[in-house]
Amino acid sequence: MINKTHNTINSLTVIPYIFVLPFIITFLLFFLYPIISAIIMSFQDIAGFRDVTFVGFKNYRNLLNPHYYNALRVSFTYTFLTIAILIPLPLVLAVLLNNKNLPGRNIFRSALFMPALTSVIVGGMFFRFAFGTQPTALFNHIIGWFGLEPAVWLQGKWTGMLAMVVLCVWRWTGVNIVYFLAGLQGIPNELYESADIDGANGLQKFFHITVPSLKPVIIFVTTISVFGGFSMFAESFAYWTSRSPGDIGLTLVAYIYQTGFNYNNFGFASAIGITLLAIIMTVNLIQLKIFGFFKEG
Amino acid sequence: MEYKYKNRTKQNKTGFYLSLAVLIVICLLYLAPFFFMLITSFKPGQEMLRKGLTLKIDFDIMTFNNYRILFFEDNRYLSWFKNSLIIAAIYTSFSVFFSSLVGYGLAVYKFRGRRFLFLLVLLVMMIPLEILLLPLYRLMIELKLMNTYLGVVLPFAVSPFAVFFFRQYAMGIPRDLIEAARVDGCGEFRIFFKIVVPLMKPAFGAMTILMALTSWNTFVWPLVVLRSSDKLTLPIGLMSLLTPYGNSYDMIMPGAVISVIPVAALFFMNQKAFIEGLTAGGVKQ
Repeated sequence: MINKTHNTINSLTVIPYIFVLPFIITFLLFFLYPIISAIIMSFQDIAGFRDVTFVGFKNYRNLLNPHYYNALRVSFTYTFLTIAILIPLPLVLAVLLNNKNLPGRNIFRSALFMPALTSVIVGGMFFRFAFGTQPTALFNHIIGWFGLEPAVWLQGKWTGMLAMVVLCVWRWTGVNIVYFLAGLQGIPNELYESADIDGANGLQKFFHITVPSLKPVIIFVTTISVFGGFSMFAESFAYWTSRSPGDIGLTLVAYIYQTGFNYNNFGFASAIGITLLAIIMTVNLIQLKIFGFFKEG
Repeated sequence: MEYKYKNRTKQNKTGFYLSLAVLIVICLLYLAPFFFMLITSFKPGQEMLRKGLTLKIDFDIMTFNNYRILFFEDNRYLSWFKNSLIIAAIYTSFSVFFSSLVGYGLAVYKFRGRRFLFLLVLLVMMIPLEILLLPLYRLMIELKLMNTYLGVVLPFAVSPFAVFFFRQYAMGIPRDLIEAARVDGCGEFRIFFKIVVPLMKPAFGAMTILMALTSWNTFVWPLVVLRSSDKLTLPIGLMSLLTPYGNSYDMIMPGAVISVIPVAALFFMNQKAFIEGLTAGGVKQ
């Protein structure tokens, strides 16, 4: 009997670790080790795998160049614009979709979610060709209705940014709608009823009840959009592959990819990566504080 | 009073029709790309080169030839499709299996370091893999996993998001059930496979679908790992059709259309699981 209890305790001290072992292994091997080696690489000149020299902060000093500033600007602008659209638009659509009397609610929901099912490359292919230079190409045709000249969309700084933002908004609206709809389920109906009695109109209810109640969801969606924005690369790659005219699609990650895989400059590329990590960690810490993750167990 | 009330319902009615109209217009806009991709996929490639992706639907020039090339003449597309399927199968089974073990372990056992491990899960979830591209690439070369399915799958085999999801779900399992099984002398792994797994069926459903979708659409990491044309996945294969020497429009559009079909089918068969998968871990009140 004593022996049996002892055995159970013994196994229960070891077994939990066996369950979580897959995470511990992948964390150490595919997360911690790469991060440490990225930090080390950022202080090195890497000519080949065996030809490595320690160069101190040289790679970081080299960051002070127009390409890097440009990548920062593109990443920040893109992140800002996508958030500015991908919070209010899905929020309003979710509120409209939340109306129980609305016919075909599920059809609308599925339609808006469909783009989220596609690969960024597949969506990108459509927009890449729709933003074609021919006067008959989709978007040129449409602006033609308003008497505008055909544009060279994917060559200009702002039209290129527009193309990336459009692709992102198209793919993510449905996902954010789902988050907001889930949040809307949690708002007690009594709040709206009492507002009705007080004579509040739709807009007042939206701004005084819906938006404040959805604050946690809004924070969550903003946070994932910040990560998504700063780690963006595929949208740019779908339009221009690894090099865009005048660097209009050069985001921080695109810059890492370009210097790493096209120019084989791993040390410098790692330095870019570390600055991106610093940006994202800063955002993380702010977000963790807001969410109160530190208090949870 | 009476008058005011009437006025309000009238206002509500206009509001209702207005919102319906807004939704219809926006949904049509969001669906339009699928429609145009489908239409364009039937047009000859030279037409795309000359006119771009047009608004005009010209039935006279539409043919099935592109699809014939895709399936019967050029064998690249079918091999990309096959690669995507294999990678999705391996990735989904790995990530669902391992993540459920970890999530369950974090949820039901009290052991030293579990709080810390959970924080690490959140940390991994919040750091984009793009930062690790280069060191992971070097690691893959050292492990001789370049240009292999396993190289695509292994670094992300334990999905922190799925771990989080399974943990949340496992927290809801009644402890008495586990305790009772333990008293009966049931081993911990038997408890997991015989009792917990059947109870977490909906969670497994949601994660299977979500992981399969993630794998099907993922782009950046396979782009780094996969090198030879016969090993590429669908998105990368489609990208590879765009070359400085000319683009294979004949294959790109039908290829894009076909690549959407499996996930769209999966979605329409399992809408509920999709939505649960998305919202469960995400929104914390």
